[in-house]
Amino acid sequence: MAEKAAAAPEIRPLVPHLTLGETRDQDYLNGSRCKSCNALYVGPRSFCGKCSSQGPFEKVRLSDEGEIHVWSIIHQAPPNVPAPYIAAIVDLTGGGSVNTNILGIEPKPENLKFGMKVKMATGKVSEDRDGNSYIAYHFKPV
Amino acid sequence: MREVAIIGVSMTKFGRFPDRDFSDLAAQAGLEALKDAGAQMKDIEALFSGNLAATSGSGQRILKQMGQTGIPVVNVANACATGSTALREAFFAIASGAYDMVMAVGSEQMGKAGLLGAGRGDAATSPEGRVGSFLMPAVFGMVGMEHSRAYGTQQEHFALASVKNHYHGVNNPLAQYQKESPLDEVMNSRVIAYPNTLLMCCPTGDGAAAAVVCSMEKARQFTTKPIKIAASVLTSDPWSDRALTLPDINTLTRNAAKIAYDQAGVGPEDLSQVELHDCFATAELVHYENLGLCGDGEAGKHIASGAPWIGNKIPTKYEEDVAPLVDKTYKPKTTAVVNASGGLLSKGHPMGATGVANVAEIVWHLRGQAGARQVENAKVGLAHVIGLCSACTIHILQK
Repeated sequence: MAEKAAAAPEIRPLVPHLTLGETRDQDYLNGSRCKSCNALYVGPRSFCGKCSSQGPFEKVRLSDEGEIHVWSIIHQAPPNVPAPYIAAIVDLTGGGSVNTNILGIEPKPENLKFGMKVKMATGKVSEDRDGNSYIAYHFKPV
Repeated sequence: MREVAIIGVSMTKFGRFPDRDFSDLAAQAGLEALKDAGAQMKDIEALFSGNLAATSGSGQRILKQMGQTGIPVVNVANACATGSTALREAFFAIASGAYDMVMAVGSEQMGKAGLLGAGRGDAATSPEGRVGSFLMPAVFGMVGMEHSRAYGTQQEHFALASVKNHYHGVNNPLAQYQKESPLDEVMNSRVIAYPNTLLMCCPTGDGAAAAVVCSMEKARQFTTKPIKIAASVLTSDPWSDRALTLPDINTLTRNAAKIAYDQAGVGPEDLSQVELHDCFATAELVHYENLGLCGDGEAGKHIASGAPWIGNKIPTKYEEDVAPLVDKTYKPKTTAVVNASGGLLSKGHPMGATGVANVAEIVWHLRGQAGARQVENAKVGLAHVIGLCSACTIHILQK
């Protein structure tokens, strides 16, 4: 335990489909493409639910640009989650789609459009008791 | 496969019963279903128990209240389709010829569970609210927005499902809520996850329901009016790239509906009534299309036409509110009353109990025992349940 407590705090991705670079502008979303059937998954993957293969999967870098497929404005959230906020599903240019928060606009229905062009950015969202930082991605209108 | 009948049903009132164990609620429902059937515990050869929160051994704990006869017990968990999956197991136990009479019981003691799936794990590492939302209100908000995106459906169209189901629920003494909610009240209640407001979300709660299931041959020893299970179908979600981010509640419901209509030899136009899974108001509208009650993109027009309301028309007092949403050129192709019970929105949704309670509701209508909410000339009814991610059950019942 003493050894663990002495370890330097780390900077970690909040979700496995976010790959961190040296600096925040080098962060990117990762995906896995099934070499048997070409199905694209967001994040790491060992099995393919489409063709039942056990891989291999090709690691791919997903686009940091896309458009809003659907959105909702969340007013009722668990403790520690500031609300209201915009939750959306973004279709990435070139394939893959992700759940995300939309930042940079007021969470009001009139500010949102289906198909709205958005671009990814990342930033620190939390820190655990050991001082480790967690980085998450979000999207903002272009 | 043999013909299968339901000869006894029961449900407890749905609500909040913090002083009662799930097994008390389930035993009450089970014993009342036996009484309804004119049968006794010694007639029951197996028990299929649907319950989510009690994890293992729910059925055995129920038998400790209801009667420990030593029969086999199968405990079932299948998200919100838990109770209806237990019923389907009961169906196959009879259809296969393995048993002549069994019971399906669904129960849940949820208390004030709040947001389902929320609040787990270390807050620092939780993705919830930081990379979108994975909770049911967000999912069903987006399900509605997908329909809006495709067909221009307005928030008011979805809100009508809440108005209708609360209107129906007033006449269901077993419902958690018996209170009407006019359109302006639904629209002005606080937003939970757009477009669903508070009154467009079903409550959590406690309750149980049970059904005595037997072969048609056995049924005739107990009643002259058995209710036939004409179809019992379960599907899961087929692969799609979209469903990796937003659960697809449509495809598996469409698949289940097609199989169920084929099995029963009926179509949506033959249905007197439907109890469908209106966990949120947005869900009700998309399922009109998934079940074939109207064409794709017509769900908003369908509810505004009055077709799925008891009496197949908009109640006079709501006509003025609904008028701006009515498309006078729309002609409904089905007259099935939807959620005469008040739906999950009024009746409540103790998860394990829901799928059995929906079937009990249909049975009461087919027997003419549904009181003030009775659907006239009820002949064929469909009960639909969906649980994420993802299980869909459909049962079609006939007189």
